Amino acid sequence: MRKLISLLMFAAAFGAANAQDKVLRVVPHSNLSILDPIWTTAYMSRNHGYMIYDTLFGTDEKSQIKPQMVESWKLSADKKTWDFTLRKGLAFHDGKPVTGEDVVASLARWGKRDAMGVAMMGFVDKMEATGADSFRISLKEPCGFVLEALGKPSSNVPFIMPKRIAETDAFKQIEEHIGSGPYVFVKEEFKPGDKAVYAKNAKYVPRKEPPSGSAGGKRVYVDRVEWNLALRDAQAQVNALQKGEVDIVEQPSFPLIPGLKKDPNIVVYNYSPVPLQYMARFNHLHKPFDNPQVRQAAMAAFAQEPFLRAQVGVKELYKKCPSMFTCGTPYASSAGSDIQAKSNMKKAQALLKASGYDGTPVVLMKPTDLAAIDKLPDVAAQLLRQAGFKVDLQAMDWQTLVGRRAKKDPPDKGGWNMFLTAWQGPDIWNPIANAALDTRGEASGWFGWGKDDKIVELKSQFMRETDAAKRKKLAEAIQARAFEVATHVPLGEFDAPLAARKNISGHFRQTGNFYWNLKKN
Amino acid sequence: MLTFILRRIAATVPVLLIVAVLVFLVLRLAPGDPAAILAGDAASTEQIARIRTGLGLDRPILAQFGIWIGNVLQGDLGESFYYKTKVATLIGQRLEPTLALSTLTILIAVAVAVPLGVLAAWRFGGWFDRALMGLSVLGFSVPVFVLAYILIYVVSLRLGLLPVQGYQRIGDGFWTFLRHLVLPSVTLSVIYIALIARVTRASVLEALGEDYIRTARAKGLPEIRVLVHHALANAAVPIVTVIGIGIALLIGGVVVTESVYAIPGLGRLTVDAVLARDFPTIQGVILFFSFAYVLINFLIDLSYVFLDPRIRY
Repeated sequence: MRKLISLLMFAAAFGAANAQDKVLRVVPHSNLSILDPIWTTAYMSRNHGYMIYDTLFGTDEKSQIKPQMVESWKLSADKKTWDFTLRKGLAFHDGKPVTGEDVVASLARWGKRDAMGVAMMGFVDKMEATGADSFRISLKEPCGFVLEALGKPSSNVPFIMPKRIAETDAFKQIEEHIGSGPYVFVKEEFKPGDKAVYAKNAKYVPRKEPPSGSAGGKRVYVDRVEWNLALRDAQAQVNALQKGEVDIVEQPSFPLIPGLKKDPNIVVYNYSPVPLQYMARFNHLHKPFDNPQVRQAAMAAFAQEPFLRAQVGVKELYKKCPSMFTCGTPYASSAGSDIQAKSNMKKAQALLKASGYDGTPVVLMKPTDLAAIDKLPDVAAQLLRQAGFKVDLQAMDWQTLVGRRAKKDPPDKGGWNMFLTAWQGPDIWNPIANAALDTRGEASGWFGWGKDDKIVELKSQFMRETDAAKRKKLAEAIQARAFEVATHVPLGEFDAPLAARKNISGHFRQTGNFYWNLKKN
Repeated sequence: MLTFILRRIAATVPVLLIVAVLVFLVLRLAPGDPAAILAGDAASTEQIARIRTGLGLDRPILAQFGIWIGNVLQGDLGESFYYKTKVATLIGQRLEPTLALSTLTILIAVAVAVPLGVLAAWRFGGWFDRALMGLSVLGFSVPVFVLAYILIYVVSLRLGLLPVQGYQRIGDGFWTFLRHLVLPSVTLSVIYIALIARVTRASVLEALGEDYIRTARAKGLPEIRVLVHHALANAAVPIVTVIGIGIALLIGGVVVTESVYAIPGLGRLTVDAVLARDFPTIQGVILFFSFAYVLINFLIDLSYVFLDPRIRY
């Protein structure tokens, strides 16, 4: 009997100790499946990366590049040699110090996968470690976006890994998950589709500055962060939050936000200083959108308001934006946007008539299972029909769409003409990152394969330009040309706030979903 | 008997083989590209092509099938494209929640439905019988997710009696485990209560019309003994058959319940795998389900021998 009592007391004490642990229970916006943030551009993998890895530079809430792991840096007079020194005390979770060699190997791997990384590597002559805590990037010619690339906040983020891991083939997933970031990944507790657990990295040395965007001090005030990967029903997420079974829902469904705002125990916080942008993408390879005039007609028909009203619905969460680069960021402008902003259905009809459109049906792909964008294709189909297009609206699940959009076949042989998607602000806020502005034709990276030599040339100048004012002018010229040839259509911007229990404090403006600086009271 | 068992085990092999071939072919012919899904939104076509090669999806279908079936025969269900984890491990991780949910659901269903069915048959044509028949139609008709949301709203959000969502493993404490499982099991059991109650009523009703029941009553046996020992025992074969089919259907049919209550079970794994075109996982899970169906049917057939001594194999 005494043994039993002792056992019960031990169990109670153990339970109490566990209860004292501060565990932040989070419902992420999606499932975490791939643990290599360089291998995929999936946002969940990026967010996982931010938990366990650190970056050389970060981007603050004003879209300015700030040092993170880097203590100091120097650019040579001929603007071809960058020397960087790392902060003191940086160490990986296995206790080994972060060295210049780790950085060089990490950048080399990232430079094979990321669009900006690949572009930057085109300028790089050599990368080398110059000491235990320093490294050098030598360029073949001056490059205007080195810091922007190293501090880019969204996929693929140049996370720094130990050299032995970073030397993994860039097209093979890494199998060890050790970084030098504010959290340690608890691999034994990772259950795909169920739970991912991150423990506080007690040895992490944060910067002194306050957190801002992906920059600043990454101070951790909780013991663990648990991502609930099983809770994916929108209503069930809100129920769990209201009942206090979870602390944060990263992306509550739009129709449920007004109800959450009325709950005195819940805070709805718009964490992102840059909104998300909807986009319609043409397939430039096939009729009818191989004709720029036909694309312009579609662009003229696509007023932004109907898309935003149908998809977001909550007025204070959306706004029109004339720019192809996220509004509110350094390269945003209205250059060339009159064709869309000042157009109307009559103009669209006239443009379509003048284009010689022969009635080829537009195969428009609609993802029925992705609530975040599933209403956009219906609006697009209606506006296109009003403009005079024949539309073949094809419903499918998102993953079928993802597979199909990679096909270059004609629409009647399994290809497509148009799909609609959404981008996080940092992914499209400059001409290099914005995938839709890759206009190298079939050789180009992103689905739709637009071709325009003038944009390619302007982008080349943009990459080489080191003067900020001139870069801004070049970005405007690129955008004006992109509107002229209708590479794609921006469809307005929206915010996707998080919802949290009121006892969670320390939210800050950020360009992803970061879990430092948060306190659980 | 032994011959029967051996014959049934031998019959399992071609069934599983046919399932394997069909699943493999259907998946390869279905639209969707796992490589494009894995690569993410901003990936280029070249990157997708390299991933496809890495996964071996650029090989001829026959070669892919040969490799897969060869591994399966050696007990290896392969590795998930998506999670880079062995499919057998994934199934192992997800089996406990699904088994727990299915078991408690069937226990609730049997505990409630069988007495109700017997009572309805005993009071055939009365108000109880009619009420039960009416409610059972309702039980069939209300979609599981509607019932789930109603129960969550009333029991969890309004009364605060049980958790809204989640699953706790039995190793984390039996009480917590049970608290998380009650609401989903009750939700899921309603349709089975309706089904089993109707079958029980019909079977017992048929038995009650038999001569041996009249004899039992003439002997002056108490009514409860007549109902349980004579009527229900002789009506057991169809009831057990329905319960068995129910168990088999439950293992694969808990998707909606697992989604609404955020239970990381096999149903959820299957849906995720289908949406992600995670071929090895889908193939592995379906093979596992098929094996479970065959096994359960086999056990049901065996149980007939014990329930009805006239049955011989």
